[in-house]
Amino acid sequence: MWEYTDKVKDHFLNPRNVGEIEDPDGVGEVGSLACGDALKLTFKLGPDGRIADAKFKTFGCASAIASSSALTEMIKGLTLEEAEKITNEDIANYLGGLPKEKMHCSVMGREALEAAIANYRGQPLPMAQGEVVCECFGVTDLEIKRAVAESNLTSVEEVTNFTKAGGGCGKCHDRIMELILEVRKEQHAERKPAEKPKRLTNIQKIKLIEEVLEREIRPALRKDGGDIELIDVDGDVVMVSLRGACSSCVASQTTLKEYVEKKLRELVTDTLVVEEVRQ
Amino acid sequence: MSERVVYMDNNATTRVAPEVVEEMLPYFSELYGNPSSMHSFGGQVGRKIAEARERIAALIGAQPEEIIFTSCGTESDSTAILSALQSQPGKRHVVTTRVEHPAVKNLCEHLDKLFGHKHRVTALPVDREGLLDLEQYEKSLTEDTAIVSVMWANNETGVIFPIEEMAALARERGILFHTDAVQAVGKIPINLAEVPVDFLSISGHKLHAPKGVGVLYVRKGTPFFPFLVGGHQERGRRGGTENVASIIGLGKACELAAQRMNVENTKVRALRDKLEAGLLEKIPHALRNGHKDKRLPNTTSVSFEFVEGEAILLHLDRYGICASSGSACTSGSLEPSHVLRAMGVPFTMAHGSIRFSLSVYNTEEEVDFVLDKLPPIIANLRELSPFWQAEHRGAVGGAGCKCSCSS
Ligand SMILES: Cc1ncc(COP(=O)(O)O)c(C=O)c1O
Repeated sequence: MWEYTDKVKDHFLNPRNVGEIEDPDGVGEVGSLACGDALKLTFKLGPDGRIADAKFKTFGCASAIASSSALTEMIKGLTLEEAEKITNEDIANYLGGLPKEKMHCSVMGREALEAAIANYRGQPLPMAQGEVVCECFGVTDLEIKRAVAESNLTSVEEVTNFTKAGGGCGKCHDRIMELILEVRKEQHAERKPAEKPKRLTNIQKIKLIEEVLEREIRPALRKDGGDIELIDVDGDVVMVSLRGACSSCVASQTTLKEYVEKKLRELVTDTLVVEEVRQ
Repeated sequence: MSERVVYMDNNATTRVAPEVVEEMLPYFSELYGNPSSMHSFGGQVGRKIAEARERIAALIGAQPEEIIFTSCGTESDSTAILSALQSQPGKRHVVTTRVEHPAVKNLCEHLDKLFGHKHRVTALPVDREGLLDLEQYEKSLTEDTAIVSVMWANNETGVIFPIEEMAALARERGILFHTDAVQAVGKIPINLAEVPVDFLSISGHKLHAPKGVGVLYVRKGTPFFPFLVGGHQERGRRGGTENVASIIGLGKACELAAQRMNVENTKVRALRDKLEAGLLEKIPHALRNGHKDKRLPNTTSVSFEFVEGEAILLHLDRYGICASSGSACTSGSLEPSHVLRAMGVPFTMAHGSIRFSLSVYNTEEEVDFVLDKLPPIIANLRELSPFWQAEHRGAVGGAGCKCSCSS
């Protein structure tokens, strides 16, 4: 059973502004029966250019109905410029939060609003312009990238919760992951345009590994009566040999991976792999 | 929550029968001995477990030695399938259906990972009524087939498969046969003296015994590899100290089920039929899912077009009516139930499916209550639905939806 807030339950059981405005100024329709939820939003502007009335019809679960109802309440009295700024997070917050698996319901609300405003202005739907990534639910790359950027999503699962993309056959999971990385990279580039990733030469790398072993790792191992020796470095593979107490210790593999490799990755470069050479 | 509870979700779990509770209680308090102990304090518990074993065997026409106690239906399913594959390491083919419970379905999909080598899994399709094609089944059996795992009755629709015939076809070819009978045992008569299955799974909480106890029936002579390896309990076939009270409860529940089999197939069936007929008559654009007759007597799955299942359930919940749905939203996945999809139920219907599953504890008054409350709920939700107007059937706006699963 989903944990819905009282506000969600209230808007589900007593939805506000159900119906369709006759002769509306803007109409937004998103979703489909096959997808499991759909929303038709209509609004009318007053003489002052503010939204005088808004109505909805929704097919979907409790949170879809509640999100639609909340949306109509939120936009009444706003100018289109103000309404445009409403995000799905705003809708979810208005309802006191939604279960994470249901965030896509708030996204649907926002997209219906965008569609209705675009319809009023005679503009094409902004988000439908992109390339369709998720064929099952008809979600475009623009929708996915926006959700990733705005809600700080980091995994395919989160993207599915917010946009439904990837919730069907799963064929688009790789593409979604690419989009997440793209957004991350773009955000990164905006934040630190100057800093280039360090590229170590082989000599620099080996020197640095030796230094870290000497300065950080050996003193720690010696405390437990062990020691470590660097045998060779081949690309990213660091070959070492454990000495003293470490060589007979059953936990030596854990030491290698959990401690030595971690430290080297942290202080030298994060692609290193540590292997033990038995002599 | 409403004060009244009208419980019609017995395929999800059942109420522990008061007679069962009563039988169990002493084994939580005074009679806490370990049945494996040498002292008579423990020994008396062992005798009670032996009695439970006999009662269960009697319900399904088995020998007491063929009953292994497990922790749930899922463990029984896993044990049977993995045992069959381990005992025949050369065979790498499994035959099952597209409508199995996740306990079988997900296991079959993960065999490669578990064993570290490839398996071929044939998941047989079903038709619009949820039935299998026996000819196709027969053709799927090969030299390489290690085991067939086909449920006796489906948990979502109640559809019953012809296990007797199917098991016989496997037996002729020397192929092991497992059936997940979790939904069937206690609801329809089963006589394993005449049905040649090798393994059969039971789960306590589906027949008025507690949750967390199950049975795997293993026919005498069937090669067997334990799933839980440990002590000598269950004659070395399942390690772990017995869940004594629950086992005794399950024994009692099986005895009750045998006595009530008749009620299940007359009174419960009549209530289910009345509910189903009433809903289909009172609510337009409603459809039964699953074959009308080849079905458990307690289950009905009905789809209401243009509305979504979770919304229906939450409205029913306000009246204390408990049911379940194959809609995507209730499960947290985004696609409707794999069973309804396998049956080719259109999406417009699958999202709005509701399952009512009754038990001997339901009354006619309760059925009337549901028949009174549900039609206006559907009508209200349809008022909200943009698809309800005739001109708006199907997709609207957006970037069109081409669900992979609509095939
Ligand atoms: C057909 C079927 N098989 C297996 C199970 C799993 O049983 P258990 O919950 O005891 O693991 C269920 C119950 O949900 C079921 O309906």
